[in-house]
Formats: sequence, structure tokens, C-alpha cells
Amino acid sequence: MAAKGYVEISVECCKGCGLCVVSCPVKCLEIKKTDTNSFGLHYSFQAEDKCIACKNCAIVCPDACITVYKKTV
Amino acid sequence: MREGYEVVYKRPKSLIETRMHYCPGCFHGTVHKLLMEVLDEMEIVEKTIGVCPVGCSVFAYDYMNVDMQEAAHGRAAAVATAISRLHPDKYVFSYQGDGDLAAIGTAETIHACNRGENIVFIFINNGIYGMTGGQMAPTTLKGQITTTSPHGRDPINAGMPLKMSEIVSGFDGVAYVERVSCNTAGNARKTKKALEKAMKISEQKIGTSFIEVISNCPSGWKCTPVQSLDWIKDEQIPYFPLGVIKEPGK
Amino acid sequence: MGEIRFMKGNEALAEAAIRAGMQGYFGYPITPQSEIVEYLAMQEPNHDYVLVHAESEVASINMLYGGAGAGSRVMTTTSSPGFSLMQEGVSYIACAELPCVIANISRGGPGLGTIQASQGDYFQAVKGGGHGDYNLIVLAPNSVQEMVDHTIMAFELADKYNTPALILTDGAIGQMMEKVVLPEPIEYKPNKPWATTGKTKDRERNYITSLYIKSEDMEQKNFKLQAKYKEIKENEVRFESYKIDDAEIIIVSYGVSSRTSKKVVDLAREKGIKVGLLRPITLWPFPTEEIARLSKLDSTKFFLSVEMSVGQMVEDVKLNVEGRKPVYMYGRTGGIMMTPEEILEYAVKKYEEG
Repeated sequence: MAAKGYVEISVECCKGCGLCVVSCPVKCLEIKKTDTNSFGLHYSFQAEDKCIACKNCAIVCPDACITVYKKTV
Repeated sequence: MREGYEVVYKRPKSLIETRMHYCPGCFHGTVHKLLMEVLDEMEIVEKTIGVCPVGCSVFAYDYMNVDMQEAAHGRAAAVATAISRLHPDKYVFSYQGDGDLAAIGTAETIHACNRGENIVFIFINNGIYGMTGGQMAPTTLKGQITTTSPHGRDPINAGMPLKMSEIVSGFDGVAYVERVSCNTAGNARKTKKALEKAMKISEQKIGTSFIEVISNCPSGWKCTPVQSLDWIKDEQIPYFPLGVIKEPGK
Repeated sequence: MGEIRFMKGNEALAEAAIRAGMQGYFGYPITPQSEIVEYLAMQEPNHDYVLVHAESEVASINMLYGGAGAGSRVMTTTSSPGFSLMQEGVSYIACAELPCVIANISRGGPGLGTIQASQGDYFQAVKGGGHGDYNLIVLAPNSVQEMVDHTIMAFELADKYNTPALILTDGAIGQMMEKVVLPEPIEYKPNKPWATTGKTKDRERNYITSLYIKSEDMEQKNFKLQAKYKEIKENEVRFESYKIDDAEIIIVSYGVSSRTSKKVVDLAREKGIKVGLLRPITLWPFPTEEIARLSKLDSTKFFLSVEMSVGQMVEDVKLNVEGRKPVYMYGRTGGIMMTPEEILEYAVKKYEEG
């Protein structure tokens, strides 16, 4: 069964602060330690497909780089 | 977008599509975003005029797609007073840090609040001067180490941290005072609610609103953004308790 | 023909501001200008302007910034120590290119000084005053009538050039009473598309700032300001000449001391000494070309700057005489009004020294 939600995080916009990672109740976000964006910063990404579309990560994101999608049916 | 999904949260329209200059994890961005969400949802962008301070948020007008004025250090309350008086049909907000609002601009803040100017103050309290490199602010906690209190803030020399929300809540002209934070998703949601409530109070023209946001400064505090959340929870909030301090009719 | 009244200088200035369509006034009491705040407070119910009795001159000038930035015709008034307090804000306003009017009904300094009339704020007025490279348009009324005329002119010039205009006068002109003719009120309609009045859908956001953090941007901003100041210098120099054509001694004097100096001209001519008066009406832009022209005339023997200071405007006179003729200065300070006789005595002494 597909997950309830998923997120898109703008790689260029993200500064890798990690506030989204700790705000996620299902621990599906991680910081990409093996890569950087063009600013030389690690960035956050959805590592596991178990997002519940609670929006916590997007609300605390200081750079407004997270879009949250929720399953319609 | 994947099939069978819909957008339930995205960057607010009025937050300009650009990369903000703030350090990673800084709550300035969070509060900018929440404020723009409120203006968008209330559909009052056209009727809002903002004032930004001197400090890290001096460039707030680069991010908020509303008419704005950049004030001299500490004088945002005076600038906002004139705008509000000359445009009584507009929502006027003053976005200021603690060095700006509570040190150099204390007089302007106090008198604007005492006059009950129809202004929404958004007071970012991170207990430090961020832009100039992490010096002691009037809100720096007792014992907190900064570049100008390298041995920790000593109340004998520097007094205790200034509680601006409690001070301004004593004025008849002030309608609504709430202290919030963005250290958790729940608290960030409360911050947004407080901003919305303040804007609605502004519409009623019943006095000043004052929203103090307990904020962070990972760069100035010399910690990671995630560590800054612990400092807020363990050190700042116990001294600056969150919650409504004053509201209309109470 | 307008309405004729017998008025105090400060009240005339206030009434003129109302008739100029002033929409906002922000002020703080200080002697000898408090009548302006008082007059405007008294008249407020009869008009549409906003009046805020500010908590300090610092607040007043920043309210002026806010009001001007929001597109309104606004004014503040003060006296010397208050004007010193305002300087940071004036610099911001000049850089942000906001039109507004400031009046300094000056008193004697330095320090807390005296509440008596003085012209010791000349440098502060014409050399910028605050930090950075900027100038204000500076008008120097010498009568109650000119308090009216210059106030209206200050609003017009401020709007024309998007720059703060300063009325620099003194406690004597502010406090004296004279007959004035008041003009009909102006129907002022602001046309300031750059102002922060709320971002409508048909335009980009407006923002008012004096921040240019990149060096290149700051320099470009300075070039823009200097181009504007050049245009003002070319178009807005105002002065008055009295018996100047055949004069051997050219007195340069402004404000209240120009009135005394005019008497000196007449007294000297009774003695057969040809004295003339050049009265700058705009202290900035200064009548540089007229002073240079007079300094090149064979008939001119020397210049005498008469001012109620230890010698401030005299420096600008010297700059434009460029050593072609001697330039002297006579002045009193502390609020002491000069008599025509003492000025004449000094002028005659210099004349006889050859």
C-alpha cells in the first residue's frame, strides 16, 4: 500500500539544518551526508516511504523548501 | 506530483522565491514564512505595510512580498506609528529583533505600545546580537556566554534579561501579548495562530499586539541548529515562559 | 490677496504647513519652537492632518521617515539640540530620498546652551549634518512672512526632488510677531507611486530603504544623489541683493542678522560708504556664482560675513571669493543680537585699514 504522503525538498534551497529531521514523527527524513548542493551544503531528503503528511517538517523548515503531498483517497 | 496525491503544504505565495540569507536553522525564515502564510490566507497582502529593523532581518523586504520600510536601528516602532496613523485602514507590522526592540529602541517600543498604536509587533528574541557576531543582548540569559560576556552574563553588571512581553502587557494601550516559539512543530503552529490573531485584532483597531517569538541563533550560540532547540527548551523557555500574557477583554 | 493676520513666526510656519496640505506632523517640545507643536495641536480638530506628540526628537524624525515613505506630506520641527538628536534619521531620509520638511528654530550652543536666537547651526544644516555624503535643501527665512512662504516652498521643493528640505531660522524669527499674508490652502494630491501604501496586484512591492550593502551599489547610490544635488544647485539658488551694484563692502548675511545688516547698509551710506547686502535665501544651494561674480568686480573692496556665530558661513564665502578679495567676519554668540552700530564700526575700521 502506498504511503499516506510524501515530501519534496528543494535541494538548492535546503541548508541542511536538520530541523525537519527531528520534527518528523515517523523518522523518514535524513540529511544527505554523501552529497552537497551548489552552495556546498548537505541537504535533507525523504529516505523512507512512510510519510504521514503531518506537515511538521514543512512548518518548522526555516527556508520554506518543503512541499507536502497527501494521498487523496 | 505522484498520481493520487494533492499538495497540502507549500511555500506561501507571498514569500518571495529566493534563497534567504539567514544561517541554517535560523527561525527568522520560519517566522517570515508563517507571517506570509497568515497574510495570504487572510487575503490582506494588499492592505499590509511592514517595517523591518536593523539586525539580521534588515533584508526582510527581500523576502516578504508586501510594501515595506527599513527603519533605523531601534526606530521601527516610530516608523510604524506614522504609517499606521496615516493609513488607519492598513495592517501595519513591525518585525524586530531583541537588540533592536529591547535595547536601542526601548523608548520607541514602550511609547508606541503605551499609545496603543495599531501595530502588530513581531519580536524575535534569540538572546543575542546575531548580525554583529554574537554579542550580549538585554535578553541574554544569566550566565550565558557571548562575545561580550565571555565569562557568562553577570546580573551584577548587566542586570537580568529583560522581559519585554511582561513590560508591555502592563499598558492599557496593548490589547494582546503572547510569547511563542518555533522550536517544535506544535509551537510553530501556535506562532502562526498568534500572528493570525494579532492581525485580526489589528482589524478591530483595539490596541497594540505584541508577539514575542523565542528564537535561536545557532551561529551566535556556537551550536548546531538541532542543539539550539534544546537550549530553547531547557534554558530560554523556563525564563521566558510561553503562552498568552494578555488578550482582549481579559 | 490672501488673508492678513498678525502672527508669531512659529505660528505662521505652523499655519502655512496646514495650508500647504500637510498630512502628518510629528514633534517634541523644545524652546524656542514649542508654539509650532502647540498651534498644530490646537488646530488639529479643524483639519485632516495626523499629529503625534512624539516621545523624543529621535522618534519624531523616524516618524517623519515612516510618514514620508508611506507617501504623505509630513513635517517635524525642533530647535538646535533636538536637531542634533535627529541627525541619524535625517541621513536615512536623505539616502532613502524621502520628501519631507524639517524646521530648526535654532538657539545658542554648543551643549544645552541658551534658548536665545543663534545661527550656530549653519555647518550642521548645510554640510549634511549626519553621516555620509548628502545635503539638505536649506531655506533661511528672515521674516514672519517668509516663515509662511518658505514653509510652502519647502514642501514643494521636497516633493520636486524627493529630498528633505530644512527651514533654518532662529528663535528671534520664531518668536517675533509681524503682519503676514496667508495664501489660500492648497488642495494637495500626493502622486508618489514609490510609496508604501499597500502592494496592489498591479504593481511590484514598494520598499523604502537606505541600505546598500554592496560597495558598488552604495557608490551608484551616491552618484545618483550627487546628480540630484547638482540639479538642485543649478536650479534652486535663491538670494536677495540690497544696494549691491556699486558697493565697495559686500555684507553677506542671512536670517535675523540680515535684517540688522540691511540697516548697516543704510547707516553706512549716510556716512558716504558704499555698502551692499547679499542675503542668501537658500543656504544650500549657496549663491556661489553671485559671490564669485561680486568678488571679481573692481568696485568690491572686501566681503563681510555677518552671522550670529563665531564664523561658519564665512567659510563658504571665502570658498567662493577664492582669495580675490579679503573676507572678514563679524558675529556675536550666546543669543546676543548685534546692533547695526557695532557692525558698522567694525566695517568702517576694516574699510579705513584699506
